[in-house]
Amino acid sequence: MTTTPTHLPGPLHDPAATRPLDVADIRADFPILGRAVRGGRPLVYLDSGATSHKPRQVLDAERDFYTIHNSAAHRGAHLLGEEATDAYEAARSQVAAFIGAQPGEIVFTKSATEALNLVAYAMSNAATAGPQAERFRVGPGDEVLVTEMEHHANLVPWQQLCQRTGATLRWFGVTPEGRLDLSNADALISDRTKVVAVTHQSNVTGTVPLVAEIAALAHARGALVVVDGAQSVPHRPVDVATLGADFLAFSAHKMLGPSGIGVLWGRRELLEAMPPFITGGSMIEVVRMEGSTFLPPPQRFEAGVPAAAQAVGLAAACRYLDALGMENVAAHEEALTAHALEALGGIDGVRVLGPLTTEDRGGAVSFEIENVHPHDVGQLLDELGIAVRADHHCAWPLHRALGVQASTRATFYVYNTHAEVDALAEGVRQTQRFFAAA
Amino acid sequence: MEVESMYREIILDHYRHPHNRGLREPYDAEVHHVNPLCGDEVTLRVAVKDAGGEPAIADVSYDSLGCSISQASASVMTEALIGKTVREAMGISGAFLELMQSRGAAEPDEDLLGDAVAFEGVSKYPARIKCALLGWMAWKDAIAQALDGSPASQGATQPGGEQT
Repeated sequence: MTTTPTHLPGPLHDPAATRPLDVADIRADFPILGRAVRGGRPLVYLDSGATSHKPRQVLDAERDFYTIHNSAAHRGAHLLGEEATDAYEAARSQVAAFIGAQPGEIVFTKSATEALNLVAYAMSNAATAGPQAERFRVGPGDEVLVTEMEHHANLVPWQQLCQRTGATLRWFGVTPEGRLDLSNADALISDRTKVVAVTHQSNVTGTVPLVAEIAALAHARGALVVVDGAQSVPHRPVDVATLGADFLAFSAHKMLGPSGIGVLWGRRELLEAMPPFITGGSMIEVVRMEGSTFLPPPQRFEAGVPAAAQAVGLAAACRYLDALGMENVAAHEEALTAHALEALGGIDGVRVLGPLTTEDRGGAVSFEIENVHPHDVGQLLDELGIAVRADHHCAWPLHRALGVQASTRATFYVYNTHAEVDALAEGVRQTQRFFAAA
Repeated sequence: MEVESMYREIILDHYRHPHNRGLREPYDAEVHHVNPLCGDEVTLRVAVKDAGGEPAIADVSYDSLGCSISQASASVMTEALIGKTVREAMGISGAFLELMQSRGAAEPDEDLLGDAVAFEGVSKYPARIKCALLGWMAWKDAIAQALDGSPASQGATQPGGEQT
């Protein structure tokens, strides 16, 4: 990259501003962590990158909504309807505050995956929308730029957009260390680039790409920047004011919230101009048999009865994380990650994928064990009560780029302990002994 | 450990020393199957011959990337099927599929299945059934093509079902 990087590698939080998490106290909030698994063993849950557990505060918030206020938000001429609407909109404000956004910029979706699809489909719907949708249009000659380290959720929708519109898909490669290869950024980002879609943190290697720098290059060429925050928003402070992105997608269930709800944040002026993806009730202004007009954002993008209970649960998750302090969450995970990198890196026959230090790296530690397939690693660890993920983690091209078919992945969250990292390392050694050639 | 009911010594043996591995000539059909979850893959060839007016399995050869269960299962499968008539082989493959769907409750026929009975323990681990079936589903696809002469396919093995 000929452009001078302004980014200095370092921790993903301000070390001076952190205090240690009281993990024993936190664990007491998560009923599931008290259960036993195979053979009566305690659960060592190292799969929060796939989905996190939910504290009782989140479970209670959802239960209270159903018990006391349950009704269809944004419709109904009755008190419960008003309360449900208030609860849903209060949740929107809470989520907005969590990432430094305005409530009107928060669109609730069913998942991060749907949030990313929303933007991709809005871009193809722009072809037949009015002149205000001009900047979302793509077609032959235009380029969509992604990266080789994306989760399939931030890759396949863009492949499909290109297929529907005739645009060309291009991508940043990765270095052998698992960093984004920006050496050809000036060539890849051009006046033809209409959208750049990039992860905020790899779900496999934990790599944190230089999103602000990429966004600056993209914006200089007039491209939109879509960031997959599914693995960043739950784990460290994210402020859309400094992120550099135009859109940010994330999921509730990976950040202590319920499943079934995700978030798309978008810059207000872009949401104003963007055509809808899913249409139907709740998102219309006037409907006639000949055609319809649509509400302003965020309602334009929220067809159907809103998932109010899930939104309320997500808001409770935001409050829970705010009370812990996202700086403290990031520091806790960084310490666990450093511990895991050292413990696993010190075992003969184990190769950690991606960066080997915690600089610009979050808490996903994927590794391979020589001569033992990840499925077999996962099975043996499961036998010891240790829950990990063992496959390509919905990032097949990244695995191919790193020269592995699949990997075993440990991911950490607020409730994980250093003893659990030690248990993982010991489990890996046991797995090696079990599969050692007879 | 409970998991040893799945990783029986005979399975680990086949995994460490696979039988009939490596792609061979001649063959009548070749298929490539993938497990979409983990990316495990197998390329499998089948050669048929005439055995007294009835089609029979002359050879099954394969090349694969995968876990111990999928590798051992392919090895065991070739042992069970090579030399059998297609009708016998279909019976064996049907019995293996049934065993895999039994959740550990089947009483497998060792005379029919040979070393494949050792996979009984795998059926108790739903996430691994696909691994055990990868080679067998590839074989079913390949033999169908070898018999009707249709072109080789690329497919993904679905859990407990046909390739798509």
